[in-house]
Amino acid sequence: MNSPEPQIVVFSCHWCCYQIADLSGAAQSQYSPDIKVNIVSCSGRVGIIDLMRAFENGADGVLVFGCLEDQCHHQNGSLFAKRRVAYVQSLLRGIGLGEKRLEMYNLSPAAGPKPEEILNRMIEEVKKLGLSPVKRVGKP
Amino acid sequence: MIISEQKPLEEIRKMVADYDKILILGCGTCATVCFAGGEREVAILASALRMAVKIDGKEKVFHEHTVKRQCEWEFIDEISEKLKEVDAVLPLSCGIGVQAIAERFPNCRVLPGVNTCFLGLTEEAGIWSERCVACGNCLVHETGGICPIARCAKSLSNGPCGGSVGGKCEISPDVSCAWQLIIDHLVALGQLDRLEEIQPPRDWSSSHSGGPRKIVYPFQEGNQAEVER
Repeated sequence: MNSPEPQIVVFSCHWCCYQIADLSGAAQSQYSPDIKVNIVSCSGRVGIIDLMRAFENGADGVLVFGCLEDQCHHQNGSLFAKRRVAYVQSLLRGIGLGEKRLEMYNLSPAAGPKPEEILNRMIEEVKKLGLSPVKRVGKP
Repeated sequence: MIISEQKPLEEIRKMVADYDKILILGCGTCATVCFAGGEREVAILASALRMAVKIDGKEKVFHEHTVKRQCEWEFIDEISEKLKEVDAVLPLSCGIGVQAIAERFPNCRVLPGVNTCFLGLTEEAGIWSERCVACGNCLVHETGGICPIARCAKSLSNGPCGGSVGGKCEISPDVSCAWQLIIDHLVALGQLDRLEEIQPPRDWSSSHSGGPRKIVYPFQEGNQAEVER
């Protein structure tokens, strides 16, 4: 993960967002090869340490996709993810990496932004912030 | 349970500033339960500190380890070899654990990563409240199982003070009036007449006010009390 292009890590909920990713694929959207997508059973499965490790391993931006809060297949998973994302954002602010490098979106196939729109937005944001000063710090 | 809270990241960064190799040591008991210093919190803190020093352009190494409890010699002795590789230890344990490490390893610099707050219970996951101040003379059988020393803002032995409003203490609407709780409990138990007995002025010598405390269990084989007996 030492490419000059921004490295974006995505944690994507299997229930809502993976289906969206499928639809986007059918529409022939192209993801940048510098985007790594981790499919999880629920956005609530994404732990604080998972987000921290993504940044430790060189991610310039991290996205978490979860279901709409009142439509989470596991009841409260996306709500828990939202709280963890908020906590990690405070840590990123505290260490000087910047909270804007981490965002969570609640997606629905029926309406709202599409994953590729969000990805492009994050890539633009990261380009404004600059590549992460942290590269390959922790355990591989 | 001893309830503690991790220190703010900025304070921890200042503490580790003078050291290059630090062992972040978690505690698998109370500190884990209150999300202050368990294995997970050790990993998160280590990750944050590694990235912070990298951004600052410095070189530091953070080791991670968690022991079952930091208040027992047999568990903290596990780290004796690891201490040879570090300049300082950052225990994420209560004040007991931090001091146990300092006492067991007097040549090791100890940096407390956690603030020890109170003795309390878990009301629900993520919410802890104080229940005991370790006064050394428990009299909760007189007050329906509720401790006025810990839970009354004035630690009144003979309450209420009359300052409560709607069952809430005058210091804050978020704090229940302990004496309201006591009265409610005694009514439910049919023992309200217990309050007719006035408690005498309390002997505080059994509490921390009487100085640092120690208990020697007289029947343990091998300890000094047994030898003297």
